[in-house]
Amino acid sequence: MLQIKNLQARIEEKEILRGLNLEVKPGEVHAIMGPNGSGKSTLASVLAGKEDYEITGGEISFKGKDLLEMSPEDRAREGLFLAFQYPVEIPGVSNINFLKAALSEVREYRGLPQLTAKEFLALVKEKSSLVELDGQLANRSVNEGFSGGEKKRNEVFQMAMLDPTLAILDETDSGLDIDALRIVANGVNAMRSPERSFVVITHYQRLLDFIIPDYVHVLYKGRIVKSGTKELALELEERGYDWIKEEVEAAQL
Amino acid sequence: MSTTTAIAPKEKFLQLVEESKKQFGLADQQRDAAIEFLNQFEIPTTRDEEWKYTRTTKLSNESWKWSNDHSVETINPYRIPKLNAIELVFVNGRYSTALSSMPLVEGLTCREGSMMVANEALLTNPANFFEAFQRATTTGAIYLEVAPKVVIEKHIHIIHLITDSNTVSTPLIVLNLQANSKLSVTESFCGNTKGLTIRRLSANVAANARLEYNKIQNEGDEHYLINIEEVSIDRDGYSNLNTLTVAGGWVRNDLRIALNGENIEANLSGFYLPRNKQHIDNHTKVDHKLPHCVSNELYKGILFDSSTGVFNGKVYVWKDAQKTNAYQNNANIIAGENAVMNTKPELEIYADDVKCSHGTTTGQLDEQAMFYLRARGMSPDSARKLLTTAFINDVLNKVDEEVVREYVIQLLVEKELLTL
Repeated sequence: MLQIKNLQARIEEKEILRGLNLEVKPGEVHAIMGPNGSGKSTLASVLAGKEDYEITGGEISFKGKDLLEMSPEDRAREGLFLAFQYPVEIPGVSNINFLKAALSEVREYRGLPQLTAKEFLALVKEKSSLVELDGQLANRSVNEGFSGGEKKRNEVFQMAMLDPTLAILDETDSGLDIDALRIVANGVNAMRSPERSFVVITHYQRLLDFIIPDYVHVLYKGRIVKSGTKELALELEERGYDWIKEEVEAAQL
Repeated sequence: MSTTTAIAPKEKFLQLVEESKKQFGLADQQRDAAIEFLNQFEIPTTRDEEWKYTRTTKLSNESWKWSNDHSVETINPYRIPKLNAIELVFVNGRYSTALSSMPLVEGLTCREGSMMVANEALLTNPANFFEAFQRATTTGAIYLEVAPKVVIEKHIHIIHLITDSNTVSTPLIVLNLQANSKLSVTESFCGNTKGLTIRRLSANVAANARLEYNKIQNEGDEHYLINIEEVSIDRDGYSNLNTLTVAGGWVRNDLRIALNGENIEANLSGFYLPRNKQHIDNHTKVDHKLPHCVSNELYKGILFDSSTGVFNGKVYVWKDAQKTNAYQNNANIIAGENAVMNTKPELEIYADDVKCSHGTTTGQLDEQAMFYLRARGMSPDSARKLLTTAFINDVLNKVDEEVVREYVIQLLVEKELLTL
């Protein structure tokens, strides 16, 4: 599904990713944790194709294709979805019209027939109920005036609509209360399947009680320095990151 | 070797006035008064503060003529679909009886002809050469009066069509809304022909009357359009004026609104989406003369390619106009590498208990929003259109009549500026 080899990226003069390796197979859920500034969000942005970052080395293959050669829209059409850490507010653009336009372009690319208005609305109803997003919200401007929780639920709703094969959740749990977190996690879990993979970037182990990962990785100074199973997340929760930092420093000596 | 003496631009316009005498039904007295002004004025240049960013050189150097051709087979392409409208049509500046549907609607008086109507619109003096020229010529005119307490359910759609190349036209529209009445008007400027149109509109909105007015400017790159609107509103009156510039080579809008009573609400809004080398200039002036009035002004523009834009918004709040609320906003997106916007709010406030605000912004299309939409699978082109739509949406929403709004959106979609 996704293979990242020795990925190096920087923004302006600052090196952020320094040789990152990761392989995600179909159906797997990978959690990426790490202290502030370790490069978690950069990884998400680079995967989605944000142009602020310069790729200085390495490669990414997505379903056998060179991801770095693709435009952001082609990545989405190929089945990559990024749930934004900070979903953008777009006043004046209705959530529904936007999704309709996006879905239509995505389906065209995938060679799927276009949905009729009726089918589209039925799909909206089905998928918005996944994250308990009421119909009203779907008709409002994209993220405008949404609460933090509504924004994150909207991301998961969009994900469900666009039916990706690889979903990257960038701190989708940050700032959510326990009820909102449960709703978002239920939405994600409902979408888990043997064909769909997830990369869950998070700061808090709490999310992983709800979305059980197959693997947990620790990102530090732009590289994955430790990988394990969900128990690793619990250990990080308990012990913090200092022991990992020490291990890394010691290995470098 | 031959020598030619170039005729000064002003002389050419005066020559046109001479030629017009035989053609249009203006009373001698009216014409003579206007010619006196015309002689005093010069063609404005960028040395005039009011014309600082709008060049008139190209316009003045063109050769213009009066057109005798004022028939077209059909106005179907210029109709607003689904609009229940009385249609009044000008072709090359002349009112066309054949194409218009002068109505028999109770409470609505509708007359045409310069002689009949010009008196109503001579209460103010012309502000510049072009206005005096319009008054001295007046190729055609209509007068609409709504009787007291009458609400006209039908929409008035005035269509100005230029079909004859190099035509100058100087039509006049006069609206007279008596107390407690209501009228909705949309004026369309269309055609893809080289021409110069100087159209003046004079509207009187009496006590507690309501005027809904939209102006759709949609002309080709070689057209010059000057629109002068003078709206005078009495106590408790309401006006909602929308200037919707879809396209136009060179456009100058002069909007002057006088709030002559208390408790008046005046909304003036507009968008402009110039492309290529188009030039769009919006000058507005709102006079708050008495207390408890509200004016809301919202102008938005996206400037593509090498286009230029001008916004100048004057708001005067006179000493007696306490408790005035006056809001003005002009927002611009520079989408073309060589596009330029000149914006200048001017507030003069002589009362001490008022709420007035103005804001101008000029920026680029939101890159974060662009990326967000693309990350959902939208092409840059459709993402841009969606954001354009969103940007001017609040101006579009000021258009009261839904089918007019839909029609304007359709025009923008056809120009590939918007997406549905």
